[in-house]
Amino acid sequence: MRALISQRLIILAVLALVIAVLPFVFPSSYYFRVASLVWVSALAAIGLNILMGQAGQVSLGHAAFFGIGAYAVAIGPAHFGIPSWAALLLGAVLSAVLAYLVGRPILRLKGHYLAIATLGLGVLMALVITTESGWTGGPDGMPVERLSLFGWRVSGSYTWYWVTGGLLLLGTWIALNLDDTPTGRAFRALHDSEVAAQVVGVDVARFKLQAFVIAAVYASFAGSALAFMNGFINPDQAGFIHSVELVTIVVLGGLGSVVGSIVGAAVLVTLPQALTVFHEYEHLLLGLIIIVSMIFMRNGIVPSLSALLSQRGRS
Amino acid sequence: MTILKATDVGISFGGVKAVDGVSFSVSPGQILSIIGPNGAGKTTLFNIVSGVYTASRGTIHLSGENVTGLAPHKLAERGLSRTFQNLQIFQRMTACENVMVGRHLREKCSLVPALFRTPSVTRQNRETRAAALDLLAEVGLKNVADLPAGSLPYGACKRLEIARALAAEPRVLLLDEPAAGCNPVETEEIDHLIRQVADRGVAVVLVEHDMKLVMRISDRILVLERGRPLSEGTPQEVRDDPKVLEAYLGQHGAREAARA
Repeated sequence: MRALISQRLIILAVLALVIAVLPFVFPSSYYFRVASLVWVSALAAIGLNILMGQAGQVSLGHAAFFGIGAYAVAIGPAHFGIPSWAALLLGAVLSAVLAYLVGRPILRLKGHYLAIATLGLGVLMALVITTESGWTGGPDGMPVERLSLFGWRVSGSYTWYWVTGGLLLLGTWIALNLDDTPTGRAFRALHDSEVAAQVVGVDVARFKLQAFVIAAVYASFAGSALAFMNGFINPDQAGFIHSVELVTIVVLGGLGSVVGSIVGAAVLVTLPQALTVFHEYEHLLLGLIIIVSMIFMRNGIVPSLSALLSQRGRS
Repeated sequence: MTILKATDVGISFGGVKAVDGVSFSVSPGQILSIIGPNGAGKTTLFNIVSGVYTASRGTIHLSGENVTGLAPHKLAERGLSRTFQNLQIFQRMTACENVMVGRHLREKCSLVPALFRTPSVTRQNRETRAAALDLLAEVGLKNVADLPAGSLPYGACKRLEIARALAAEPRVLLLDEPAAGCNPVETEEIDHLIRQVADRGVAVVLVEHDMKLVMRISDRILVLERGRPLSEGTPQEVRDDPKVLEAYLGQHGAREAARA
């Protein structure tokens, strides 16, 4: 138990250190932007990992909640005159409510069926955003008013680097907190055996729903942050490809591993940037790297590497 | 005083009546064993009583309340706990965490304090872990508390399931073949453990193939055959019942046994 607590602190300290030190090695503001993208994707993935890695429920439409967060901070100030910060919170509440309402019926489904149902949710959300162009600007997207907090206008890659980094730290802290609590244990228990969890009193439906709502709120905050940072938003953020990207980050980094989601996001966001030197082979190489790493690190990057390290340590 | 009472319970799968008109009752501190050849419907009966299956006929009463058709977690809240014949261990959790999940109903489990890890959550965690370690010590697994449960041998998993079920502090405990795959020494330990649990006033319902164990510790025995009750009584009564001998040994074997 004591070991667990210190492990949590070590992860947070290392993450804070990385966020603090990276700016010293960044040669240009472009790097700040890419790093902010990593922090935002990692935040969404950490939430999704609570649902997928801990509670064992798949969501192939998770960008829907990312989209709600993003469009909330775009539509709220533009159409209703709501302050940006309030729109951010409203987006999170909307995501939670939608996740609750949709989750109640579809979380009864298992495996492939749940995957298809969540996929449907994602497709539906993308469709609504694309067609309701009066509100959302349709396929062209819409501009997002800058976030201002207490008269401070939050803008610029440098500022957003720190804001998203702070958000990621907060999200990591919360996810790590959850692991070793009755709720976190209930998630992991129903993942391994629903019937055994039930007979010791775990209300399986309730906890699946909780995990789904938590994951939705994470995605919503990440979506809002990206919209503020870019100052512009388009339907791709809520689309199927983005949902798949989020799942890929979670699986690539390691199901159930908080650090894995951060590493997975770092790989999946920075790799395409690094591979641009290969021009038209970029996507081919990206796909190849993902396939090869899944073959050799079946449990994901972080769990596989830590297993390898502890093996080395023993021998 | 009866705590668990099943009345005329039955369930069909397609055209097969897996359990058909079975009744039993058990009192606090009593050990009731359910025996019968393979496919007699013992585990199915357990699944009905614990809410995993919904009976197509009959009623279940727990502490006088009609609990027929309630979900398993609702039954757990009312003091019913069980183990499984085919292990249902939380493989990726440690042995200790498995038992901690068993304490689920004894813990305050609100989401917001968990997310921000308030001091009360940490304190409760410490208490739950201490209670889980005590139970692990009771079933002789304290030394493997922090190993992944998936890495434990079969016999240890059986005992881990018992510890997890006990962690809920049940008033009725259903044990589905607790001694299966155990060596004689381990069976002896399980024997002691079951007696201790019953002495604390827990009603124990036991499905078990180890007849020596069943005859030793049961207060009453219910014999099932093809889903139907065949015989019921004290171990002595059941042992001497010609119908039981016939079901287990066949007609010829029963005649041989009667002669011997």
